[in-house]
Amino acid sequence: MTEDRNASWREELRKSMKPKERTAIERVPMNELDPVLRARSRDEVNQGLTAEQAVTEAKRCLDCGKPSCMEGCPVNIDIPGFIKNIERGEFAEAARVLKKTSSLPAVCGRVCPQEKQCEGSCIHLKMNSKPVAIGNLERFAADFERNSGKASLPECRSSNGHKVGVIGSGPSGLSCAGDLIKMGYEVTVFEALHEIGGVLKYGIPEFRLPNAVVDAEIETLRRLGVKFVTDCVVGKTVSVSQLREQGYECLFVGSGAGLPRFMNIPGENLINVLSSNEYLTRVNLMDAGNPETDTPVFRGRKVIVVGGGNTAMDSVRTALRMGAEKATIVYRRSEEEMPARLEEVHHAKAEGVEFLTLHNPIEYIGDDKGRVKAVRLQKMQLGEPDESGRRRPVEIPGAVEVLEADMVVVAIGVSPNPIVPSSIEGLNISRKGTIVVNDDMQSDSIPTIFAGGDIVRGGATVILAMGDGRRAAAAIDAYLSR
Amino acid sequence: MNRIVKKERFSEKVVRLDVEAPLIAQSRKPGNFVIVKIDDKGERIPLTIASADTERGTITLVVQAVGHTSARLCAMEEGETIAHVVGPLGRPTDIRNYGTVVCACGGVGTAPMLPIVEAMKKAGNRVIVVQAARTKELIILEQQMKQWADEVVIMTDDGSYGTKGLVTNGVENVIQREKVDFCVTIGPAIMMKFVSLLTRKYDVPTIASLNTIMVDGTGMCGACRVNVGGETKFVCVDGPEFDAHQVDFDQMMTRLGAYRDLEAVEMRKPLR
Repeated sequence: MTEDRNASWREELRKSMKPKERTAIERVPMNELDPVLRARSRDEVNQGLTAEQAVTEAKRCLDCGKPSCMEGCPVNIDIPGFIKNIERGEFAEAARVLKKTSSLPAVCGRVCPQEKQCEGSCIHLKMNSKPVAIGNLERFAADFERNSGKASLPECRSSNGHKVGVIGSGPSGLSCAGDLIKMGYEVTVFEALHEIGGVLKYGIPEFRLPNAVVDAEIETLRRLGVKFVTDCVVGKTVSVSQLREQGYECLFVGSGAGLPRFMNIPGENLINVLSSNEYLTRVNLMDAGNPETDTPVFRGRKVIVVGGGNTAMDSVRTALRMGAEKATIVYRRSEEEMPARLEEVHHAKAEGVEFLTLHNPIEYIGDDKGRVKAVRLQKMQLGEPDESGRRRPVEIPGAVEVLEADMVVVAIGVSPNPIVPSSIEGLNISRKGTIVVNDDMQSDSIPTIFAGGDIVRGGATVILAMGDGRRAAAAIDAYLSR
Repeated sequence: MNRIVKKERFSEKVVRLDVEAPLIAQSRKPGNFVIVKIDDKGERIPLTIASADTERGTITLVVQAVGHTSARLCAMEEGETIAHVVGPLGRPTDIRNYGTVVCACGGVGTAPMLPIVEAMKKAGNRVIVVQAARTKELIILEQQMKQWADEVVIMTDDGSYGTKGLVTNGVENVIQREKVDFCVTIGPAIMMKFVSLLTRKYDVPTIASLNTIMVDGTGMCGACRVNVGGETKFVCVDGPEFDAHQVDFDQMMTRLGAYRDLEAVEMRKPLR
């Protein structure tokens, strides 16, 4: 239940327009950069809503008594609460409501798959109209506050003297750290890379999530008192037992994705066949596209990206921005089964990405210098549904074609990072390498260890990872307050 | 942290740096490496740890200028600070009492061999070091090797020091002379390939420490993948040491050249 739904301003606001008038308003579309221009620039594709557009969109929200959107949100944001503040023009207050439950609202507003979560549960859908643009409004409020230069800090309980360590500074770790610091814990985040942010920095490209946005959210956590240690690989630089000796009573492991998956087909180790992790890390984290930096990156002219998820879309759109003449998604199922967000697929198409669905690479062909020059593709058709419920791709016998490519990015998933789990003696790890946890994200083998995000799920979204971090923080609090 | 407390120039392109890194100095083991990023613009490069001083809290790196970042690192002076040093990474060397161990090394591969020689000796092995270089001036760490090794065989391409010949000639002489139970090789890929071919001929189990291209070095990017016994392995987390007889060195050498053209363009730029 949203806390101040009965506040007088809110009741007045509800009465100021009839629900019919609200539902009659068309959903405000996101302002986007021109696809032809943006495909060659690093500028953010979505430009955000203007204040006027945001207020109009906020009016579409019916301020339901039992808001179903909130049930769709993994971090339980008070959705009508912040939207109604936008409607009445109290944008900073809207941001404050968001920050009560989300440590990264400007990030969530950009990269959450809202269509499957909050917006997917919006009452408008039951009335056959488009859902309220909750994600765009969230982004608006967070951006407004950041750009105002007057970011409020959420309230923190006074220090309780307990020390908790967070391993990994990606979305699950940041969300866990944010909640713990608000509860009065002393929190230190240990990051293996040289920058804070995990996948938000190395994975998601600038044109979808600018680093400045991530840095601002991290700065908020810093101001709340969260300590960050970079260049520290827990399990290598310091061990978990050393952290215990230093007084960390509980640890949250959010060490994220690890080794990229490959298909084990001939030619996969040719030059210029690389994982999406490598390609995106070079371009995003290392800024390899900038001639001022030392890190090299190959600029493919004919680029093939294998996979159908968000990472594949990020990779293929990055390739365009790195100068590719032709950038093609190769996916073994049909477009309907693609796990990527609809918006990303639309954006990619508008920018000129080609989609070759129902094709699967079976071999990479190299030139005399060991560089990839073509890919052999097996054509597929859809058969019976598999365990994931999606129709299984089946080979069409003899239907093989060859496509020229001077660069191939393989974006078919990752397995959990083995370093932290394998360094903790007695920790229960699944066959797939994930840490086994209960519903409270607590290890079933070592009660002081909690975990979330990709190290538990194998591969998930930013918001599910954040939800894990949040649940773990609550569970750590319960455990340490026994 | 990460301050260069001592610098020694071994040759035109090779320097030895002692870097303040107390946590790494404490936890590192022979075979481990670090990833270094010298500043905002620097690349992340893997460097094997040559030695560590836990009292002073320093690690020793021996660096050869091959790319833009390593050239800039070699140009750094005592008192300057390296922005980022992370480690120790990779699995440590499997130190055991094998019997007689030959340590075959060349180039900057000699530096990371030093702690392995020490550990192998302490584990009770008879340790014979065969160390090679193009010419006398490029032979490094000979005295330090002698401190631990039962014997140090020096090989130079031009015969200006030690015996004229390649590292493989030196190793073969030892194998023909006495029973060798184990071999460790670190150096340029081509050298490790031929050491590996040789020891396979004589059935001497051999491990090679691979120095591939890496970005994160923590098991995320896959740039370092190599083919070992027909399987793809990741040098940063599965290695850096592998059964040399199973490594596809030819593929590894091809992959090491992935950015050679781009790097050549970079190297023509003035150093920042």
